Amino acid sequence: MSYGFYGGIHPSSSKTLTSDRPIKKSFIPKKVVLPLLQHTGSAAEAIVLVGDVVKVGQLIAKSTGFISSPVHASIAGKVTKIGYSPTPTNSRVLSITIEAQGDEDQDIKSTPPRDISAMTAEELLNIIKDAGIVGAGGAAFPTYVKLSPPKTKPIDTVIINGAECEPYLTCDHRLMLEKTSQIFKGLDIILKILGAKNAYIAIEDNKLSAIYAMERELRKIQERSGFFPHKKSEHMIKVVPLSTKYPQGAEKQVVKAVTNRVIPAGGLPMDVGCVVQNVGTVFAIYEAVYAGKPMIERVITITGSCVKEPVNMWVRLGTILKDLEPSFGGFKKEPKEIIIGGPMMGVSQYTMDVPITKGASGVLFLSEEELDRSEESVCIRCGKCLEVCAMGLAPTALMQRVKKDNFADAKDLGIMNCFECGACAYSCPAKIPLLDYMKFGKSKLLSV
Amino acid sequence: MNNPLNVSIAPHIKDPISTRKIMWAVILALAPAGAAGVFIFGLNSLVVIAASIAAAMITEALVLAVRKKDIKAVYDGSAILTGLLLAYNIPPGSPVWIPIAGSFFAIAIGKQAFGGLGHNIFNPALAGRAFLMISWPVYMTTWQNPRWKVDAITQATPLALYKHGDLEALRRIPYMDLLLGNHPGCIGEVCAIALLAGAAFLLIKKYITWHVPFIYILTVAFTSWMFNGSKGLFTGDALFFVLSGGLLLGAFFMATDYVTGPLGARGKIIFGVGCGILTFVIRRFSGYPEGVSYAILIMNALTPTIDRYTFPKWFGWRKA
Repeated sequence: MSYGFYGGIHPSSSKTLTSDRPIKKSFIPKKVVLPLLQHTGSAAEAIVLVGDVVKVGQLIAKSTGFISSPVHASIAGKVTKIGYSPTPTNSRVLSITIEAQGDEDQDIKSTPPRDISAMTAEELLNIIKDAGIVGAGGAAFPTYVKLSPPKTKPIDTVIINGAECEPYLTCDHRLMLEKTSQIFKGLDIILKILGAKNAYIAIEDNKLSAIYAMERELRKIQERSGFFPHKKSEHMIKVVPLSTKYPQGAEKQVVKAVTNRVIPAGGLPMDVGCVVQNVGTVFAIYEAVYAGKPMIERVITITGSCVKEPVNMWVRLGTILKDLEPSFGGFKKEPKEIIIGGPMMGVSQYTMDVPITKGASGVLFLSEEELDRSEESVCIRCGKCLEVCAMGLAPTALMQRVKKDNFADAKDLGIMNCFECGACAYSCPAKIPLLDYMKFGKSKLLSV
Repeated sequence: MNNPLNVSIAPHIKDPISTRKIMWAVILALAPAGAAGVFIFGLNSLVVIAASIAAAMITEALVLAVRKKDIKAVYDGSAILTGLLLAYNIPPGSPVWIPIAGSFFAIAIGKQAFGGLGHNIFNPALAGRAFLMISWPVYMTTWQNPRWKVDAITQATPLALYKHGDLEALRRIPYMDLLLGNHPGCIGEVCAIALLAGAAFLLIKKYITWHVPFIYILTVAFTSWMFNGSKGLFTGDALFFVLSGGLLLGAFFMATDYVTGPLGARGKIIFGVGCGILTFVIRRFSGYPEGVSYAILIMNALTPTIDRYTFPKWFGWRKA
């Protein structure tokens, strides 16, 4: 039973290309390029030099500042370059290049499983911080910061975000099917750190198999005693199916749909007592705490009508997209556009010479037919953009003001609330690039 | 990779809907009403419809050429829709130059003079109708009976009968006649059932929302029930006033016009109430038997103000 949210759109999911494909094993590349900024916050600082030999999982760049994240070597090899490189979202970021020399052990070593009941919240948080875990949903926010809300914001609800509302992407779906018990172990760690009472696993109803898998596992856990040692008897843990609608997975919308609480404008989930974590992040937390594994690989979905074999696969961070070509069997036809992320908010790439980073959930190789290249025409004031805006804004009114450089009025009409989901531009019959105007208006207001 | 890659800002997928598809959907929804009009009143109605559409398209092409704009915009369907709607608002017996003059005014002045599609303040078809009413009031109020009633005595529309207080004649009109269009009236306004079928199509496919038409009709029904009865308050024949005149055509197809109506749901409700009250007032107290066109035109003028005061409150606007 979900409370839903206002607005939203129903694009075709295009998920059947990969939703039934189990996650393939990690492809070990010969070269990785690891950007020092692949998270929200301040860039990490390199602690290795060109020529250093590093092992898998070794710390190569340290955190700087409160909102920052360290970077670890995802393959063993020699550091061959520390210089500026393109990333999926930026053309120039300082990055560390590691190249395997051929004889190294590329396995990820696990520590013997820890007894977390003996560990304090502080210790668990430090493990998460040192492991470089950031949000796997795309925004890549440092997880340990999210799990350390100020005392003035008590947390009573944890939401595991299994919505995965973007079309094409299925990595979270597969994780929930294949790593079900591990995700619950990760949830247990989060509950211990935050001292929260309730936990909800939010999953869109186009992933029925994942809903059943998680529910089945939850029932098994609840029958076993002592599994959730930190779960007091009055704690509630539930799987919540959500109506499939984009952007259901956005933080404000998932909190509203699961708890019916409205995060105030400019606020965060902690303002209403909630913390939201993507399932991939929760799994990474489990691996860091139980196996001592830092964030050095992630699941991505490689799909689109142009690839021969769409896949879900574990990829070592820093793998160059070009080097992944054999993993998806190469191209059926030349893609018109390459997108890292989902089709609604993902970033168009101008080269395949970019690394897979912590926030990259998928790579789409789309053909002309899958894209919409219609010419822009005049706004006919149909009001569709108002009907679909998940934040309740009036995109066309905002656009008019941005066009006339009237940024103050755009601000008064709430443009800063826009989180750029793209539902407005998706629905516009006149094919007006509404999101372009929103981004421009917001950037102008931020630079003031 | 041999061919250049496209690099664009998100979103990279879009809804297949387009402006042209919407225009044609509305034209399709209006087709039954026009077909009914031609069937009920005869071939001159078809001539009126054809002349109106042709004149609208030609006028738009000419004005776009003069404005040095792309003439292909004529094919977006909006001029055709305006021509069609204007024809539906014209009496079936009109000479062919009436719809031509009306369409010319509707497109050249009602639409293009304001800047073309998306910029006009007034519904162009209704602007054309108002122009015709003022310029040729006799032609615009000369009615015909349905083809099979050629030897009937009166040729007044039901609302005209009400305006003249002819209660006897009114009582003799069965609701079925109002529903099917078996009475004098404008080409596209008489057949209620054809209009409702088209409206259902538009509502189901979400081309229009329920706010404007339902609130408009409800307001007319309520005010008519309250004030228009011959036996005191709350004795009015609401059904009669909803089915008569151009209310169904106006509420579902003209008050719902995107360009000239408010953007958001709250604005649309206010717009609907305003149209309803004005329609009632004009029908009841003015010299005209029907007030739908003027009510909508007046509310069109108020749309920018309504918009300004009814922008939606965004998610989380309340301070916690």
